[in-house]
Amino acid sequence: MFKKILIVAFVTMLGAGITGIKSSPVQAAGDVAHPASQEWTTDGLFGFFDRKQLKRGWQVYSEICASCHSVRLLFYRNLQEMGLAAEEVKKIAAEAEVAAGPNEDGETHNDGELIVRPGKAFDKIVSPYPNDLAARAANAGALPPDLSLMTKARVNGANYLHALLTGYKDAPSGFKMSEDMNYNPYFPGSQIAMGEPLSDEGVEYADGTKATVDQMAKDVTAFLIWAAEPELEDRKRMGVKVMLFLIIFTALLYAVKRQVWAKLH
Amino acid sequence: MSTPTWKNPIVQWVDHRLPIVTFLDHAIVKYPTPRNLNYWWNFGSLAGVILVVMIGTGIMLAMNYVPHTSMAFDSVERIMRDINYGWLIRYLHVNGGSMFFICVYIHIFRGMYYGSYKEPRELLWIIGIFIFLAMMATAFLGYVLPWGQMSFWGATVITNLFSVVPFFGEAIVQWLWGGFSVDNPTLNKFFSFHYLLPFIIFALVFIHLWALHTHKSSNPLGIEVQGDEDEIPFHPYYTAKDAYGFGVFLIVFLGFTFFAPNFFGEPDNYIEANPLVTPTHIVPEWYFLPFYAILRAVPDNFVDIWGILPVIIPAKTAGVIAMFASILVLLVLPWLDTSKVRSAKFRPTYFWLFWLFFIDTIILGYIGAKPAEGTFLLIGRLATAYYFLHLVIFMPLVGKYEKTKPLPDSISAAVTAGGSDAKEGS
Amino acid sequence: MLTGVKEEKGMAETASTAEGAGHESPDDNKRDFLLYSTIAVGAAGTAMAVWPFIDAMNPSKDVLALASTELDISSIEEGQSITAIWRGKPIFVRRRTAKEIEVAQATELKDLPDPEADKDRVKKSQWLVMIGICTHLGCIPLGQKSGDTKGEFGGWFCPCHGSHYDTSGRIRKGPAPKNLAIPPYKFIDDTNILIG
Repeated sequence: MFKKILIVAFVTMLGAGITGIKSSPVQAAGDVAHPASQEWTTDGLFGFFDRKQLKRGWQVYSEICASCHSVRLLFYRNLQEMGLAAEEVKKIAAEAEVAAGPNEDGETHNDGELIVRPGKAFDKIVSPYPNDLAARAANAGALPPDLSLMTKARVNGANYLHALLTGYKDAPSGFKMSEDMNYNPYFPGSQIAMGEPLSDEGVEYADGTKATVDQMAKDVTAFLIWAAEPELEDRKRMGVKVMLFLIIFTALLYAVKRQVWAKLH
Repeated sequence: MSTPTWKNPIVQWVDHRLPIVTFLDHAIVKYPTPRNLNYWWNFGSLAGVILVVMIGTGIMLAMNYVPHTSMAFDSVERIMRDINYGWLIRYLHVNGGSMFFICVYIHIFRGMYYGSYKEPRELLWIIGIFIFLAMMATAFLGYVLPWGQMSFWGATVITNLFSVVPFFGEAIVQWLWGGFSVDNPTLNKFFSFHYLLPFIIFALVFIHLWALHTHKSSNPLGIEVQGDEDEIPFHPYYTAKDAYGFGVFLIVFLGFTFFAPNFFGEPDNYIEANPLVTPTHIVPEWYFLPFYAILRAVPDNFVDIWGILPVIIPAKTAGVIAMFASILVLLVLPWLDTSKVRSAKFRPTYFWLFWLFFIDTIILGYIGAKPAEGTFLLIGRLATAYYFLHLVIFMPLVGKYEKTKPLPDSISAAVTAGGSDAKEGS
Repeated sequence: MLTGVKEEKGMAETASTAEGAGHESPDDNKRDFLLYSTIAVGAAGTAMAVWPFIDAMNPSKDVLALASTELDISSIEEGQSITAIWRGKPIFVRRRTAKEIEVAQATELKDLPDPEADKDRVKKSQWLVMIGICTHLGCIPLGQKSGDTKGEFGGWFCPCHGSHYDTSGRIRKGPAPKNLAIPPYKFIDDTNILIG
């Protein structure tokens, strides 16, 4: 008797659950397009960084994205770990202007102008705006988010970024656009303040790769994967070794356990 | 206790003055253990090991973490990027937290299935619930420290729960915050408590073990040990078995740590806390989801529906009460379960009830991750109702009226008869 | 991380030897071999697992990035000194006068408590680069500014316990046991040095 009631209750609940999932108002309302899965060299157990691609991605970032988006957690020295030569990093850093700090007379400003020095490898990569308010002021109230953790800070981050960068379209008829906004089905709400950033031949790759929008989107996303998880390659390499060790060790422990328990019977 | 003598003169010298070797010999070498424990009994010691891992990695993280709102997020990223192997230590700590809860949940459900909490082990169970509560507090406090969006808003939502306390609610919340919102004073004290609580857990674990060793382990058959033939020394049998279980556990734990370190995490927590923007969808860590579902399940017009409770209890208060009750009710589980028989193996009705309850908690967990609206809310309410129905109504009734299967004469008799547990055991 | 295993296996070891004495069986050798190899693998794993935790306390990447300091010395006049900071320590850079150099070079080694020739302490005889920490108990010696007392040997004087250093920064009198230390440095060009 009890069993029957319970089974009925359970089946009812399960049924309600399944209908619940299907008729969920949120799923219905969330008309955000699902990003297509791309292939990334960093995927899988043996994921690695394609250094050439990272260099291209850095080029896209520094020539296009960097005018609005910061990567405030990165240092210039990190670019050397990414694959740039020490001399190149030194040159890139020196092009930036960094607050020099107080001079011998204790002044940080000269006639209202910040006293600066050329950047060094140990400096953080200089952000395009001094603070969030300045960034908003320069972008009609919209804040270009920092990109240093972007691929980790969004669901399905890498694919989302690629889809977003390549997903600009004309708004479907009847879709009400706000002023100064751009239609992008991958962005929550489908309206994004950022204008389409990439166009064919937007950069000129030194290695001769053809700079299509898709290629640039992939490259800059690969760069941002590295920026968010610079440890990824080391982590996976170490992980494979650790797993091999553990499998052997656990097999040994199992054998020991069998031998010990064999005495019992 | 007879004092044994040790061949090694140094061991003998120490043991004569501080009988620590004798103690360990009693506690983990000769310690008589039922011979039929299955692999579900591994999770207690696994939880102990992971506690040590958490404390170890936590101490390392604290060396470089800065508990200040302006530096906390960046200091965590410095650990990830600049500290040698900092990423490994942090990911071990992050995934270790989830592993700790997985082990403890399995440990708790094992106790429920096999009736391990029943006389004379009620206090052992109750201490375990206190460990669980301390773990939840520690996990919550720790999740705030990276000062991401989920950290901040999780802290805001959970501390606001205390505003339901009559008359003193607001004063208590301000006291928790050390201010008028979650801010630097809050982060500082959370860090302090997050560092303190694991040592309290450690102490509770010892009391838990003390209680365990007083009446020894329960077992899958749920019958008392009747003689030497029912027991085997903990070492080498269970040391070997625990070590093997630990190996398997490490493969899972380190698999996540190295290959999917953010599997249990929320992307929003990689965005620095912003008191002006709430994420569209706040969810707690997965191990809190069932309780979160219960919190949100109580209807707004709860009081009207039932008409029994005094009208002054608003829905928010009822939700908070329900959530705390859902954990605290476990404290009296040994008395809610009226059955004379421990193990679900010999309780055909309870067997089903147990699995329904288990599925119910899974459903609650699923609902906890979904927005509280529409069908999700309805399922959440049903599942919440069933949660309490199971514990408060079904448990006492089934114990009274259920027709149980005959128990075996002894553990050794069941093992030699080739019971399934004998196979699992070997 | 793997310590738990090691301990457990460690106990397994003691017990199996203890029990082995009780009832010897032909299987025992085989069992011991398996057990000992498992313990060995476990111990190796534990040792490897400990390393990241030890290494995490070594200087981190951001600290190492700041471990070398570039210094522009073009503005220092003859007979002047500057104090720079390198790895949290004061660095004395002095552009010595011809007389100071002459005195330093003429000093006989037998007169020195810590014998060291002046040419071994400089890369270019005009430039003396030292860590400005008294080798006695870590005070900062005087002698950098023109008005400072320079001690009996015209170099530096530590006011804490009265150690006198000469124009090559060598200890001449007082409790300090050693000459002022020379940091690793090199001339990038004529006017810039890289310390560290």
